Amino acid sequence: MRTAAVVGASLAGLSTARALRQQGFDGRLVIVGDEPHRPYDRPPLSKEFLAGKSSDIGLRTPDDEALDFDWRLGTRALSLHPRDRSLQLSNGQTLRCDGVVIATGARARWLPGTEGVNGVHVLRTLDDAIRLRSELVPGAQLVVVGAGFIGAEVASTARYLGADVTVIETESVPLARQLGSEMGLVCAGLHADHGVRLITDVPVKRILGASRVRCVELADGRQIPADVVVVGIGATPNFEWLAGSGLQLADGVVTDAACATGLPEVVAVGDVAASYSVYLHDRHRAEHWTNALEQPLTAAATLLGEPRPHLSAPYFWSDQYGVRIQFAGRRREGDTVRVIEGNTDQRSFLAVYERGDLLVGVLGMNQPKLFSRWRRQLARPVLAP
Amino acid sequence: MIEVCRVAELPPGEAVRVATVDPPIAVFHTEGGELYAVDDTCTHQDASLADGWLEGCTVECPLHASCFDLRTGQPSGPPATKPIRTYPVIVEDGVIRVAYSEVAC
Ligand SMILES: Cc1cc2nc3c(=O)[nH]c(=O)nc-3n(C[C@H](O)[C@H](O)[C@H](O)COP(=O)(O)OP(=O)(O)OC[C@H]3O[C@@H](n4cnc5c(N)ncnc54)[C@H](O)[C@@H]3O)c2cc1C
Ligand code: FES
Repeated sequence: MRTAAVVGASLAGLSTARALRQQGFDGRLVIVGDEPHRPYDRPPLSKEFLAGKSSDIGLRTPDDEALDFDWRLGTRALSLHPRDRSLQLSNGQTLRCDGVVIATGARARWLPGTEGVNGVHVLRTLDDAIRLRSELVPGAQLVVVGAGFIGAEVASTARYLGADVTVIETESVPLARQLGSEMGLVCAGLHADHGVRLITDVPVKRILGASRVRCVELADGRQIPADVVVVGIGATPNFEWLAGSGLQLADGVVTDAACATGLPEVVAVGDVAASYSVYLHDRHRAEHWTNALEQPLTAAATLLGEPRPHLSAPYFWSDQYGVRIQFAGRRREGDTVRVIEGNTDQRSFLAVYERGDLLVGVLGMNQPKLFSRWRRQLARPVLAP
Repeated sequence: MIEVCRVAELPPGEAVRVATVDPPIAVFHTEGGELYAVDDTCTHQDASLADGWLEGCTVECPLHASCFDLRTGQPSGPPATKPIRTYPVIVEDGVIRVAYSEVAC
């Protein structure tokens, strides 16, 4: 392999480029990214950055200079042609390469018909966060659509900034799919603790307003006044550009446990990859930061001809209302959950998820030390097929 | 010098966070019996290293798993890129004391 191209200049792409160098690749390494910005970290966009507490979110370090990357920022990859091993770029160039890393991540989903309405936002990019921040002024009436992790974090940060916040959720219990209803309710309780209204069990029908959003209408007819709306209803993988490439596309770019796709010398990593997980015995598209940092080590090894599966259990964290939530493993319907330390009312506890005698998940609220210890017991694949 | 606690109160494998100074420090007692004092707050984001996983002379951050060498303060790999500050530790009459200063050493 003489030239490797990384498509997507965010956490997974940059981490794979670094890993390729660390694992000995000394050929040409081109990084193509459609955003105009240098790579930056997304988790702070709903937390410290949105709160105005920290603007230090760049991912590049002085050490990267020595790695000799050929940056193509503000440039989108339009298509991948496996036959002559080339990428078509939005600047008109054709980039010939022997190896390709697909790291194009995901984009936020909009409520149909609300894109472009003033005051309605999604939160995925730095530009999104800057736009939203300018509108989260004290006293603003914010409606957050979706009580998932991003929605909950935005609600928490907006409350800190002095906004009046209402969260709307279609399901009866937020986060029930990931954490189960019992723990979902505990997380939902954080909103009430901080004077944020949570309305569950009802979908949003439409957003009303002429030049600017005025209110959010629910399916039951209720109208919630709004100056600002944030839509936090999940993300869609950025893989349309790969149509016709011969790659298998399902919920994401399909790969094996070593990040290899069906095409030789093409790997996929991070939020865009639907990878087979040895840990879960299942194909899984993880939308979590740690996965986008860890999968690259595997993907680089695969590209360099030494495939080894990525083994770790899924892990994510979230910060809401000053509470740190950490979860590792995976919960399935029928698993039981047990609080083994602390107290859910105090918002400080550790809970374990069990399937029979197997430990399959660990959830901590403000218990980082205990969580670190318990998470280690998940560090090997424990789930039977 | 700041007084931390008696050695007997900090068993090997444990850490203690000292919040009387700003920024707070963490004192570790390794399984090997050594004592180290470092800045408690991870240089990456906001996590307390005293809550981390201690193995040999390294501590793994409880939030994003960067590992720091307690002897030098250097991170072994991303996401942290900057070292944590280290401070000399002295044991006198069974009491752990840290030579804390605002400037790095
Ligand atoms: C607001 C927010 C908060 C988050 N908080 C947490 C958290 O607390 N904990 C946690 O575990 N995870 C969190 N996450 C998730 C985490 O940030 C993602 O899992 C991670 O960013 C995935 O990295 P990635 O590189 O795979 O994809 P992305 O970060 O999505 O990067 C993909 C990049 O590729 C670019 N791109 C797309 N198509 C093309 C193309 N055709 N050509 C060139 N470039 C292209 C995109 O513009 C983007 O820059 C959060 C995410 C967001 C948005
Ligand atoms: S806060 Fe320590 S590694 Fe991120």
